[in-house]
Amino acid sequence: MAQLFTYIVHKGGLVDDTAAELALAAQKIGSGASVTAIVTGTGADLDAVCQQASKFYSQIWKFDHADLAYPNAEAIRKLLVQLLPSDGIFLLPHDTFGMDLGPGLAVKLKSAYTADIIGIDAVEEGNLKIVRQEFAGMAYTHVSVDISDGVVLTFRPGSFQSEGQGAVNGQIVDKSSEIGELNVNRRFIEIVEAETGDVDITKADVLVSIGRGIEDQDNVEVAEELAEAMGAVVACSRPIVDAKWLEKSRQVGTSGQTVKPKVYMALGISGSFQHMGGIKGSPFIVAVNKNAKAPIFQVADVGIVEDMLEFMPELTEKIESA
Amino acid sequence: MEILVCVKRVPDTAENEIEINSDGTDIDRDDLVYSVNEWDNYAVEEAIQIRDKVGGTVTVVTVGDDESEEVLRREMAMGADKGILLSDGAFEGSDGFGIASILKAAAGKGNYDLILTGAQADDGAAQIGGMLAAMLDRPYASLVNSIEVVDDKTMKIGREIEGGNQEMSEIQMPCVLSIQTGINEPRYVGIRGIRKVASVDIPVHGAADLAVDASAAGSAGAKVKRLDYFVPELGEGAEMLEGGMEEKIDKLVELLKAKGGLK
Ligand SMILES: Cc1cc2nc3c(=O)[nH]c(=O)nc-3n(C[C@H](O)[C@H](O)[C@H](O)COP(=O)(O)OP(=O)(O)OC[C@H]3O[C@@H](n4cnc5c(N)ncnc54)[C@H](O)[C@@H]3O)c2cc1C
Repeated sequence: MAQLFTYIVHKGGLVDDTAAELALAAQKIGSGASVTAIVTGTGADLDAVCQQASKFYSQIWKFDHADLAYPNAEAIRKLLVQLLPSDGIFLLPHDTFGMDLGPGLAVKLKSAYTADIIGIDAVEEGNLKIVRQEFAGMAYTHVSVDISDGVVLTFRPGSFQSEGQGAVNGQIVDKSSEIGELNVNRRFIEIVEAETGDVDITKADVLVSIGRGIEDQDNVEVAEELAEAMGAVVACSRPIVDAKWLEKSRQVGTSGQTVKPKVYMALGISGSFQHMGGIKGSPFIVAVNKNAKAPIFQVADVGIVEDMLEFMPELTEKIESA
Repeated sequence: MEILVCVKRVPDTAENEIEINSDGTDIDRDDLVYSVNEWDNYAVEEAIQIRDKVGGTVTVVTVGDDESEEVLRREMAMGADKGILLSDGAFEGSDGFGIASILKAAAGKGNYDLILTGAQADDGAAQIGGMLAAMLDRPYASLVNSIEVVDDKTMKIGREIEGGNQEMSEIQMPCVLSIQTGINEPRYVGIRGIRKVASVDIPVHGAADLAVDASAAGSAGAKVKRLDYFVPELGEGAEMLEGGMEEKIDKLVELLKAKGGLK
């Protein structure tokens, strides 16, 4: 079995949840194999992250360098190309960093690439059979990947939930002296924090969340009336913000807000992983969708197949008349 | 500025219910509504806006079959100057690496300062832009949601990262960027706009013209192969409320009361 590596995403001195998830995914590929976690950064934060990662990995390679203070995918790619064996198996999260690094890294390593993996079905000599989705989660596929010349794999965050893990106590090896030239043509400047809006949807107990099924800007009002009747706050999926029908601060999802309501009512939302990734604390999820096969019905508690545009005013009326 | 935008014709998931065919080899493609990949429209709009500011041309390119020509025309109706169709039976079964290799060959026939792709398409892999950039040895940024041309050599760009925060960087041209939705508001294309470009000639290039060989593209060169489509055995999923509208609403109101969903 080729050597297994993962990249540890971290922020503010804390490892991301994907550190444990990738450890589990790596174990599925090479059961019992030693897995090396690669951690880049600087100073005390980096040391803290290495400590946390050592709970999940038998070996941590630490790279401390001023040019790695911010995880610039171009610099990290240079580092990894210097470092990784040509037949290595490299695991990354399918998040905004993994999407930035993965495809180009695979090309430079002359390795295969497979993204947004949700399951591993079989491990054979020089080959992996993995599970992923296409068409916005509406179809599943098995994919065969030839890994004989190495492979870069990105995993959907949350698809390998770890239980009872984290007692490995791995060894931390400082590899900083092996860092070569890291010049980049894409220079990081700064992070601009998302703007806060008129309401804070993260504080709401009940959310009425609308998606592309709302069809028209004029219908947003109908959702607002329902929310008012319920004592709820209006949230939405990304296309509603892209269309500028609601403020960005109302968007639920990985590139929006993370919400923890008691009740989440999703209307005309298909249930993409980027949307569902913003819902935490297992609320009671009600999904209203006109398509009985919409993926959101797999994760909702209660489902209703209806046209939301007819459903919303009727529900409002019922609540108001009670 | 010479700009190339890579686009794809995809089943419109907002318009269709996707069903798998009886032997699991494909989705049921009869009666599917196709459109331009959502992300690509934003990429083309951005290219047009940059051209209108600093001059130059916008070329749209796609790897596909004859029917893919319609998406090129649609993007030309938006305002792209030229379209190129890359089509050959030998391209069938290409993996992401194969598609990027074909696009690389096409990019090599021009002199592009900037190449844009959508952040992802119908397979959700988000891989073509990054692969193309690495093959061309150009700098790359994914999920770009703002572009400001600083001078002939430099752009200031924003990438959308977790939580809606924005990562600002300076990138050297020529470069490749993948575009995230919301970067702009893509203009509306009417039937008249489409008619205007209906007879514009769209050149078609195959494997021989592009000098793409079988080890790079097509099923022989693919390390990544889709084996099937399938319907997974999932948990129970949601409890579906049945009956007429009124019945469903009555049941829902009871549930909402019990769960604290009504104040
Ligand atoms: C890097 C990245 C980050 C992302 N971040 C986010 C994020 O933070 N949040 C987010 O939401 N998305 C995010 N997305 C986008 C995400 O992938 C999906 O495209 C998006 O969530 C789809 O939104 P939707 O469900 O509203 O639309 P669609 O997927 O188009 O679904 C619309 C649904 O409405 C139903 N419908 C249509 N008409 C009606 C009607 N009249 N009545 C009832 N139902 C109807 C349809 O059956 C369908 O299920 C991100 C994507 C990327 C690549």
